[in-house]
Amino acid sequence: MFRFLITRLAMLVPTFIGVTIISFLLIRAIPGDPIELLSGERGMDPDRHAELMTQFGFDRPLYEQYGSYLLGIIQGDLGNSITTKQPVLSEFLTLFPATLELSIFAILFAVAIGLPIGIIAAVRRGSAFDHSSMTFALAGYSMPIFWWGILLIMVSSTWLGLTPVSGRSDLIRFYYENVTGFMVIDAYRSGQEGAVLDALRHLVLPTIVLGTIPMAVIARQTRSAMMNVLNEDYVRTARAKGLSSGRIIGLHALRNALITVVTVIGLQVGVLLAGAILTETIFAWPGVGKWMVDSISRRDYPSVQGGLLLIATLVMMVNLLVDLLYGLINPRIRHAR
Amino acid sequence: MTETTQTQDGGTVRAAHPLAEFWFYFRENKGAVAGLGFVIILVLTAILADLIAPHDPVEQYRDALQLPPFWVDEGRLEYLLGTDATGRDILSRIIHGTRYSLLIGFIVAGVCLSSGIVIGMLSAFLRGIFDTIVMRVMDIILAVPSLLLALVVVAIIGPGLENVMIAVAIVYVPHFVRLTRASAMSELSRDYVTASRVAGAGPFRLMFNAVLPNCMAPLIVQATLAFSTAILDAAALGFLGLGAQPPIPEWGTMLADSREFITSAWWIVTFPGLAILITVLAINLMGDGLRDALDPRLKRS
Repeated sequence: MFRFLITRLAMLVPTFIGVTIISFLLIRAIPGDPIELLSGERGMDPDRHAELMTQFGFDRPLYEQYGSYLLGIIQGDLGNSITTKQPVLSEFLTLFPATLELSIFAILFAVAIGLPIGIIAAVRRGSAFDHSSMTFALAGYSMPIFWWGILLIMVSSTWLGLTPVSGRSDLIRFYYENVTGFMVIDAYRSGQEGAVLDALRHLVLPTIVLGTIPMAVIARQTRSAMMNVLNEDYVRTARAKGLSSGRIIGLHALRNALITVVTVIGLQVGVLLAGAILTETIFAWPGVGKWMVDSISRRDYPSVQGGLLLIATLVMMVNLLVDLLYGLINPRIRHAR
Repeated sequence: MTETTQTQDGGTVRAAHPLAEFWFYFRENKGAVAGLGFVIILVLTAILADLIAPHDPVEQYRDALQLPPFWVDEGRLEYLLGTDATGRDILSRIIHGTRYSLLIGFIVAGVCLSSGIVIGMLSAFLRGIFDTIVMRVMDIILAVPSLLLALVVVAIIGPGLENVMIAVAIVYVPHFVRLTRASAMSELSRDYVTASRVAGAGPFRLMFNAVLPNCMAPLIVQATLAFSTAILDAAALGFLGLGAQPPIPEWGTMLADSREFITSAWWIVTFPGLAILITVLAINLMGDGLRDALDPRLKRS
């Protein structure tokens, strides 16, 4: 297991360096130079331009610039945002809990609905439930989630008045300190009556929107994993022994099908982060996805650069974790190492 | 169809034509056939858009601003699905939008398929340092969430229809490279490849004439998947204002400012998104059928 961990970590290093190169070259690939971008539409006189080029080090050779960029990354310095002048890393870390909270709710929603649907569909293979649920799953998988979000706001918030339109909490009724960054926890800590419920109400629609595609994927993959397992000899043996079908499904089949399912769930992290870009934009959710879109439209390239690097690193780490988890729960792999 | 008659006379020992065999399995899946039917309708719509569409997609009818669909009280029969805030006919825009979405899908899937096959084959044949570098680069691309990478690429090269296709194609090439490489490597150890090599086949003949046909099945399935995701991603970029630029009637672009109409004009919000959903669903249904019909493992069970 330890060797497995080391090899997987070692494989990450070239990928990580590659991501730093890409995010480094990004800012240089834009037509014009970064200082011109800083100066905006009014322009800047050539002397000041040259001075700033030297100050930011843009006049040095590329490899030298990359060297100092890499050195900065190692020390946790990802540069400063052009718009807010704040360090990119601290901006990211302030906004990240919002994305994390939403993602956790979305994946819980996806598992809570997708997993049972997949199991029932596999057990009742070919039934009306199987066909209709898998058609729904495919529809969920085909969903343009930005439209899904707007549609839900229209129906649930505007027509029925059930849910808030946007944001993370009702700022007029509630004010509490942002301690953990998780609205539900902060609301609970504040002790204000109704604050937790308010935070949850704000989470409902974004959770559904962000969780739709993972839910569809989990339902489909659970179904096929369960069907594979249910065809195995040991399930037939269990049946022949006279075990109840509940025991067979719950104890024998599900445990083995879960190996595939856990991997699938882990691989949804990339999907969640991509989905967060759209979901957060629609619901004015102050997370890293919306921040990336805003940074791109403000041409705040240090933020785009830093955000890209941080998100890619996050995805790589989670993929590694999934691999390790896969090794942990799959005895065939665990004992082979 | 000729294929069906061939498979129906089951007594013959002669192996069915691959296409006939494919169709035999494909039509088992009713959803897939429905998907295929709808895709054919979409292609016809795209080709005949000028003839079918009742109005010009960019013409602004000043006397018909924000009209609801015809079955609502104020709706008019000449604008079946209503008009948008500047008086453009929504149905005509959706019909013309089919062109853009299918074009994006075709080009992205085509570019990904062809470049993925070439890079993947070279990787599998050359091995060594080329292979290592290619696979690392693909890992890097895959480490970034697809939409985010497409967003950043568009931010660099600028918004617009062509750039969106480039950005989305870059994002999905790694899947094709990996798939081609993996299946080519497993084919390379087969006897028929050795036989072909002994018979004096050159590397290109080996790659594209011997090995490639045996790797095509998963690649075709992946291509349909890329087709539908390309449509979704391009629409998402259009929605964020970075895709096709107005007044192009691209479905995602049509939804870009739709959020402000949720209280006043539900039809502006609803129909373009419905078009995306149904189109992508039809292609995915077809893709599921393709996978089942082409995957030999599932066939035998």
